[in-house]
Amino acid sequence: MGAHQHSYNFSEQFNFSGKAKILSIVGIIIGIAVVAYGFLSGNSERTFLNLLLMSYYFTCVCAAGLFFLAIQFVAQAGWSAALLRVPQSFARVLPFASIVLVIIVAAGLFSHNLYHWNSPEEAANFSSSKAFYLTPLFFLSRLVIFLTAYSVLGMVITKLSTNEDLHGGLSSYKKSIKYSAIFLVIFGFTTPLWAFDTIMSLEAEWFSTMFGWYNFAAMWVSGLAAITVTLILLKKAGYLGWINDNHFHNLGQFVFGFSIFWTYIWFAQFLLIYYANMPEETVYFYKRLEGFYMPLFWLNLIINFMSPVLILMSRDAKRKTNMLLVVCIILLCGHWLDYYIMIMPGTLGEAAGFGIIEIGTIIGFVGLFAFSVLTSLSKVSLAPKNHPFLEESLNHHI
Amino acid sequence: MSNIKYILGLFEDPDDMMHGIDKLQENNISIYDVFTPMPIHGIDAKLGVKKSRLGIVAFICGITGTFTAFGMIYFMMVQDWPMNVGGKPNFAIPDFIPITFELTVLFCAFGMVGAFFFRNHLFPGRTPRVMELRATADRFVIAIDANKGFDSEKVDSLLKEAGAIEIKHNDRKYLSYE
Repeated sequence: MGAHQHSYNFSEQFNFSGKAKILSIVGIIIGIAVVAYGFLSGNSERTFLNLLLMSYYFTCVCAAGLFFLAIQFVAQAGWSAALLRVPQSFARVLPFASIVLVIIVAAGLFSHNLYHWNSPEEAANFSSSKAFYLTPLFFLSRLVIFLTAYSVLGMVITKLSTNEDLHGGLSSYKKSIKYSAIFLVIFGFTTPLWAFDTIMSLEAEWFSTMFGWYNFAAMWVSGLAAITVTLILLKKAGYLGWINDNHFHNLGQFVFGFSIFWTYIWFAQFLLIYYANMPEETVYFYKRLEGFYMPLFWLNLIINFMSPVLILMSRDAKRKTNMLLVVCIILLCGHWLDYYIMIMPGTLGEAAGFGIIEIGTIIGFVGLFAFSVLTSLSKVSLAPKNHPFLEESLNHHI
Repeated sequence: MSNIKYILGLFEDPDDMMHGIDKLQENNISIYDVFTPMPIHGIDAKLGVKKSRLGIVAFICGITGTFTAFGMIYFMMVQDWPMNVGGKPNFAIPDFIPITFELTVLFCAFGMVGAFFFRNHLFPGRTPRVMELRATADRFVIAIDANKGFDSEKVDSLLKEAGAIEIKHNDRKYLSYE
């Protein structure tokens, strides 16, 4: 059990080539082709909504990677030190993901495919305070400022970790704690607004104060699931020999616990609106609980609550990487459905569907995510070799 | 010799004690139990301690709470005194969920604490079972059942070799508190 008895090569780097690279590039090409098809076949609103869904999802997963990093630093967690490179690679992709999201939001806003509050005939329906909040300039500048703040802090925190590899010492670690704390404060106050703006304002007549936390919960669960899937796939490909069942157990607990947290927030939002029964609020759930969206509405709860609770409850399920992989992939699909139910009923309504545009956009963004994350992962070593808690992480046992 | 019931090896260092466990197991001497003042990682697997059944208790208590709460609200809101609350049906399941959840947690938590105390003889009125008092402060203790036919001298020498600072031959299982 003594220190430094392991024989791991912490300078090992991920080699991004072969099948993974080809598949992710093919995915991106399919995505571009389908989006082009969507616009040319006259489904521009539906295509824009799907682009918004997937780019928001993409940005959220990357932001969740950064949030994971920040939490680990602020809590001075030891167990996670050996796997920090994966969330770091997410954080390093965040600026790129943010640019994609801002471009899609801006294009959708100005082409009147997204955010109907921007059309002159609808703007008159809002009270003056909302009309001020939902002006294109203020709206876009909020989005840009928030995402820039996250991205810059993400770059600072990841840069400190690579500096630590080169120079060692504790100064990078201490600075990481400081910047992580700053990030968490900014992130905590601005994510609800980010969700209000990007998703909730699609149905600008309706509002819910829980919506921001609801989106945060979805973001955090899907980010954790994405981190876990990436780690399991890397491990299966023969990398990260130092990651063992104990680390996956912890990640499994995170995924399990925050799935229940997501359900809690989901239910808190639903119950208050159900109980108060005010027409301007219930209209949101009326669209989702009756007719076309009813099966999807319940399926959302089954996938995102029942499946992690029933499958991941036992200790063994969290320690069996195949089981964990299946649950995490189910959850990633489930949170796509979650976003789908947030976005589609209030915009396309009954005209929404699940066809080539949805599938193509998903494939495109999965390819884009895999390509960008793996490219950024391949540029640094797979373990932060001078991290002060690396040794503790290697001996992690639960 | 014959009235020795348990041999206790007292260690100052947990690593020495883990080493002692290995030594004893190599010599096919079964260990009755180990007492430590703090949790030690990996000791459960080494001693072959069975998985805790506290989870089963938690589940049973929790599900009891679920049914108690649901049954209680159903009786109150639907059977006994139906009220019109905001025009909702009397049997409005979403309204039942928070209370059902809370009582599930309450029953589960109380049940687990109770079961834990009961199994560990920690209730008021039950005598605490302690084989070696200093295992609650600063000693790591391995206990061996002396009536299993092990050569007690061999056990002593193995414990000493592993670094035990004191070896006790007890003629009763638990300390008395008189």
